[in-house]
Amino acid sequence: MDFNENFILGCSAIGAGLAVIAGIGPGVGQGIAAGHAAAAVGRNPGAKSDITSTMLLGQAVAETTGLYGLLIAMLLLFVKPLLP
Amino acid sequence: MPNGIWLGAAADIDFMVHGVFPYSFFGHTVWITTTHICLFIVLLVLIGFAIAANRAMKHATEVPGFFQNIVELIVEMLDNMVKSTMGKSAAKFANYIGAIFIFILISNISGLFGLRPPTADYGVTLPLGLLTFILIHYNKLKHQKLSGVLKGLCDPWPIWAPINIIGDIAVPISLSLRLFANVLSGVVMMALVYGLLRFIAIGWPAALHVYFDLFSGAIQTYVFCMLTMTYISDAIGDE
Repeated sequence: MDFNENFILGCSAIGAGLAVIAGIGPGVGQGIAAGHAAAAVGRNPGAKSDITSTMLLGQAVAETTGLYGLLIAMLLLFVKPLLP
Repeated sequence: MPNGIWLGAAADIDFMVHGVFPYSFFGHTVWITTTHICLFIVLLVLIGFAIAANRAMKHATEVPGFFQNIVELIVEMLDNMVKSTMGKSAAKFANYIGAIFIFILISNISGLFGLRPPTADYGVTLPLGLLTFILIHYNKLKHQKLSGVLKGLCDPWPIWAPINIIGDIAVPISLSLRLFANVLSGVVMMALVYGLLRFIAIGWPAALHVYFDLFSGAIQTYVFCMLTMTYISDAIGDE
């Protein structure tokens, strides 16, 4: 079976849209991290700078999985690996 | 026109790396791209700043002048950042961490000045990740000796060695992809705003620039240096 080019491009676009659903996970994770950091600052305001830097570091690491989804979407949309 | 290097979506949305002129490298056709040019501009700025700072510090005065004050502030800030994470071995790595910190920061911020940030090209961030990888394993071999490395490799049981090796290899890849994808997402968002909303994009994109270029760029710079320092001090271990 061979498909025409527009069909493949359309499916790539759908795939790209599905790939960026990966953004949900890091969103939830970063929210949880920020919430706990806020609670920690409330308990111990003196350690605010330490808590902030730890939170940012953890959030950036948690963000990576979402960025992988973004990269897949970018590859599908702009590099078009599925076209023959 | 070789596919793969530059494929913009539409005519007026443009965030891809462009080839400027080709040259022949041992029979292969290689392109000088916009990344090279932006990288060159960033490096020129950094070298100019370094020469000016060097000259200012040669004529350093007891009561610092304006420029000397700024240079001392930057150096002190970087030294403190390295010292607070690496402890005793900070003195050896302060130069390297400071250099990559300033380089990545200026690269990320260069989007504000109309350049395409060099860090939005995987060819720039992968070498940075590989440098970290080399530093980690050099220091591991130096401080933990071969026996320590082998023991770390077979951590709970020897059967886990392949998984530990995959974990080691994932470090530079995830480090470089994190920096690359964060900066690239900012570049894409700004290109979409300027490309699709061309007629109403007056003034307010400045707020987006503050977020995507300044805030995100500074956070990613901090995270890259912080993770590099954490991995290296983890490799050194406590003596």
